[in-house]
Amino acid sequence: MTGTSSDARLITPTMLGTWLVLATVPLWISAVGLYPYIGVEIVIWSIYALAFNLLLGTSGLPSFGHGAFFGVGAYAFGLTQFNIAANIWVSLAGALLAGAFAGLLVGLFIAHRRGIYFALMTIAFGQIFWTISVKWHSVTGGEDGLLNIARLPVNLGVVSFDITDNDALYYFVLAVFAVVVVLLWRLVNSPYGRILSAIRQSEVRTAHLGYNVWLYKLSVIVLSAAFSGFAGGLFAMAQRSAFPDVMNLAQSGLIVMMTLVGGGLVSFWGPVIGVIVFLIARDVIGAATNAWMLYFGTMFVLLVLFRPEGIAGTAKLIAERWRSRSATPAVLSSETRSG
Amino acid sequence: MALIEADGIHVRFGDRVVLEEINLSVNEGELHGIMGPNGAGKTTFFNTLTGSVKPSRGRIRLDGSDIAGLDPHAIARKGVARSFQIMTLFNDFTAQENVMVALPAFRARGFDVHRAVAGDTALADEANAVLASVGLGAKAAISAKLLSYGERRALEIAVALAQRPRVLCLDEPTSGLGTDGTLRLADLIGALKGKLTIVAVEHDMRFLFSLADRISVIHWGQVVARGTPRELQENPWVKRSNLGSFG
Repeated sequence: MTGTSSDARLITPTMLGTWLVLATVPLWISAVGLYPYIGVEIVIWSIYALAFNLLLGTSGLPSFGHGAFFGVGAYAFGLTQFNIAANIWVSLAGALLAGAFAGLLVGLFIAHRRGIYFALMTIAFGQIFWTISVKWHSVTGGEDGLLNIARLPVNLGVVSFDITDNDALYYFVLAVFAVVVVLLWRLVNSPYGRILSAIRQSEVRTAHLGYNVWLYKLSVIVLSAAFSGFAGGLFAMAQRSAFPDVMNLAQSGLIVMMTLVGGGLVSFWGPVIGVIVFLIARDVIGAATNAWMLYFGTMFVLLVLFRPEGIAGTAKLIAERWRSRSATPAVLSSETRSG
Repeated sequence: MALIEADGIHVRFGDRVVLEEINLSVNEGELHGIMGPNGAGKTTFFNTLTGSVKPSRGRIRLDGSDIAGLDPHAIARKGVARSFQIMTLFNDFTAQENVMVALPAFRARGFDVHRAVAGDTALADEANAVLASVGLGAKAAISAKLLSYGERRALEIAVALAQRPRVLCLDEPTSGLGTDGTLRLADLIGALKGKLTIVAVEHDMRFLFSLADRISVIHWGQVVARGTPRELQENPWVKRSNLGSFG
């Protein structure tokens, strides 16, 4: 959490490395026995998990109903496409704005809460949104879902790309992911991000320093919901449909699990790591047994019990130990490290 | 002239009256001590001054304008800073970052999302200057949770000072400190005396009697005695209650 030079950069070496590795995925994914579509899922869920972690990891606000915003974005993408304009940018903007609006609605009720009360209210609101999506048949299609959502061409004015093919879609969502990562990295390292982090550490002190804590919490709920809705829009496009199930309690729990497993509480990249591990585990263990959630759930319980800082946090710890062993004297190096 | 003035402050929690009728006026540049037995209402009064408790009656005027009942952040913005008896620091931040977020220049940019904090040397320099003023100049890069107890007490005050307050409210600043630590803190607060208006709730009588210009004694939710340290030592109520015995 301490200020380092990479915090100030717009694009960091880690980002470049991540994008490069992800860019090669279509070249080898089939060779290792996975199918290309999983790459699309990983990237979209990574956007969703990073957006979710704005609340959990950055601001310390536990949301257990985040699927609502993802789902609202998914429906908004389809409905914008059918009723307003069949343009990818208009549809994605529709998903983003719908997520933001849903976030504002929920935020007005919960921004003054914290801890367990906050968490319970997010569950309640998540269930409300899920119920609406099931019951409001004329708009959402109910249990049948919203079908025939098109993968619209990416229109850049001079050129236009077709993304109906999974590889093309993958590179489009990867490009979008890159932009979102740059935006969110800058956001968490800005003064605004620092204040969110201060609120996570002590709401009381932050208020007594002259910050309107309620307004900061409301604004970050709206931002997180907006990016989650945006990810939901991409998901609806990738799946060519939108269903209520992404909004249910179990699915909202998944994003919490992925973020914690990856290490969202201690690392910006934690949620992305969590998504990769979760989705690959789903396919690899899932191919062997139907009870794959049993194994993943066990891993989750063990991790939370023994390594609550997640995979990213554990990796950080190992790296620090290794560094302090190679540097002498050890006491001195532990002091310089914290700076 | 009075900078901050409490007039007939009455606070009740449910049917329990905690503050009966507190009147207090602190002049600009004065160091005003508040003492009293446990449960007398000192901390409640303190919380009322800084906004986390709303009075059911009464006024609090800062430089003439009423601030009673405003939210803590609004009162802080008007120039009233506070420290906490139970230390309330940002433990994952470095000492420098703790101070930095308290600076008015940082607060003015609170909704700025496009500039990075790291690498902003103006803010870092300003924060380092505040740290140096409380003797933590060499600790800027250390995480707050790794500082010693005494250093954390000093950081508590540094964060409040960084707000550039007109009124500094200190809640039991020596709490938990040993003799050495208390002496060092007395030096620090002695150096601030006269430059700032200070209201300090304190248990340590020696500390308070050596520093305060005037002291108010709160008991049963009322001010039962008030005066300079010398006057208070002669006050019959204080004598009878043993409070002035430098225990």
